[in-house]
Amino acid sequence: MNSWLYTEKVKEHFMNPKNIMFNEKDFEYDAMGKTGNIKCGDEMIFYLKIDPDTLTITDCRWKTFGCASAIASTSVLSEMIKGMTLDAASNISNVDIIDELGGLPDNKVHCSVLGDKALQEAINNYYRGHGMFEKVRDTKSRIVCECLNVSEEEIEHAALEGARNYYQLQEMTKVGTSCGKCSEDAKERLAFYQDKHFGIKMGRPDERPPLAK
Amino acid sequence: MYIKDYGIAGIRFLSEGETMHRIYFDHNATTPLHPEVKSAIIESLDVFGNPSSLHEDGRRARTLIETSREKVAALINADPDEIMFAGSGSEANNTVLSSVSCSGARCSLHAPADSDLVISAIEHPCILETSMCLKNRGTLVKRIGVDNRGLVKMDDLDQAVSQNTSLVSIMMVNNETGAIQDVERALEIAHASGAMFHTDAVQAVGKLPLDVKKLNVDFLTISAHKIYGPKGVGALYVKKGTPFCPLIRGGHQEMGRRAGTENTLGIAGLGRAAELRTCEMEAESERLAELNTVLRMGIENRIKNIHFNSDPACCLHSTLNVSFEGIEGEALLLYLDYEGVEVSTGSACASGSLDPSHVLLEMNLPVEFAHGSLRMSMGRSTTRQEVDYVLDVLPGIVEKLRGMSTVYGGEQ
Repeated sequence: MNSWLYTEKVKEHFMNPKNIMFNEKDFEYDAMGKTGNIKCGDEMIFYLKIDPDTLTITDCRWKTFGCASAIASTSVLSEMIKGMTLDAASNISNVDIIDELGGLPDNKVHCSVLGDKALQEAINNYYRGHGMFEKVRDTKSRIVCECLNVSEEEIEHAALEGARNYYQLQEMTKVGTSCGKCSEDAKERLAFYQDKHFGIKMGRPDERPPLAK
Repeated sequence: MYIKDYGIAGIRFLSEGETMHRIYFDHNATTPLHPEVKSAIIESLDVFGNPSSLHEDGRRARTLIETSREKVAALINADPDEIMFAGSGSEANNTVLSSVSCSGARCSLHAPADSDLVISAIEHPCILETSMCLKNRGTLVKRIGVDNRGLVKMDDLDQAVSQNTSLVSIMMVNNETGAIQDVERALEIAHASGAMFHTDAVQAVGKLPLDVKKLNVDFLTISAHKIYGPKGVGALYVKKGTPFCPLIRGGHQEMGRRAGTENTLGIAGLGRAAELRTCEMEAESERLAELNTVLRMGIENRIKNIHFNSDPACCLHSTLNVSFEGIEGEALLLYLDYEGVEVSTGSACASGSLDPSHVLLEMNLPVEFAHGSLRMSMGRSTTRQEVDYVLDVLPGIVEKLRGMSTVYGGEQ
């Protein structure tokens, strides 16, 4: 497949994105979450209107400095979560979003997680603001490799950037290249993030064949 | 037909059977075949002989190649035997860099640690990556930065070049910004220290008048598909008497400089393209310079909070690079694409890597501006109507994207 080929659904959501926050004055929201960084070339803010009795998302808005893939995936996500409980919305994975879009090129998956992450941030902020701290899903990252200070987040990032096996993960993050005692943990994390974002269930990451481009 | 009923709220899709006039503003990436180049290639399709064969069919192919060589030589005022055909501009650049670390009797596999290579930081990746490879083999590589207009800092170059420098390679025109480098001065610096000088001129040849004899350059790279010729063929000018080591060995072709049976079709196309450039270049430059001014002024008047990355005082007449505050370039590119306008961007998302344009970053442009940059490069088919159409659709798209931007708080 041409790596730049977007599906009709991606195109539709990109051209006419749903639920964009054009003016903050027009939309009273109960929670807001932000992710990304303009320096890295993408940033996303999600705004949620929440029914406090049922903890259901009644409406939402978002805005972004992002590419076509970020715009389309967040647009589709914003349609999916309306009427969902916060827990159900939290459980939407990137694979679900990509499925809904009818697929995304591998090298654009990285951009599509932005909306998902901003949404989780907004949900967490709502829980925090309402004293439901036990419900907050920790997005802070655990250190996997203590020698080289490589976090789960960096492993996730590498998986999104195309690390297909442990060797490539090491090339990209230097994880486990000093004492090496974290290697099993790192391999497990890589498999976890590959499953999470690409839905690959093919055994241990170091035994997998490279994905076709 | 142009599509005029454009609205900000939703971009109109074409109904079935309706065709869109594509506005190609990406001539620095590649150019469409000139109709006469196309004819030349078609005519040569039946010239099947191996140019190295002595019989009639071989001689016919040989004649075709040698005629093309003369035409390419004429475009830059070289002697025909100073032109070596290659598979691309990238191959020609690789050849020069790999050849120079060899310095004559010594082979490139044993790059001398005492020779160094000086390049600019805004070279094409085929120079940057090849030099990284040479660095790993022991060659000292020095990269010279640029100022905020994208011009290589000549004082820094002067400092960096020493008696140990074997080659200085500075591109003639930058592909992203169109910045025309002071190659004459760079060459003077190189030659003063006894170093050879190479210029990657793929964006300059056929757009600016060029005379290699006057310039006294040692190597110069040409690419066919940037001048309305076919893909997969380029040429390298090698000044008579310059030490040379082939990249592709195992054949006597191209006077032993590049092994492999010649790409007759491609070479025929390049020859015709070079010939056409000789007569079309001048009038076209004037026309494009005017259109570039219209485009630039139009953008400036219609869209606020922008930053031009091409300074008309030192940039090629056909290239305009501009950044739009608060906008990610890939999204902008694709909206324009759906409107029938084809451009490039320096955004990371469009390159498939994490980093935006190395050229814009070297110019000290804020990272978000590099992500929000657009390169428009015009060519021989560009018309005033096309420029007007781009100016019609661009403000609406910018406004739409800024409306959903997390970072844009400025005026529309």
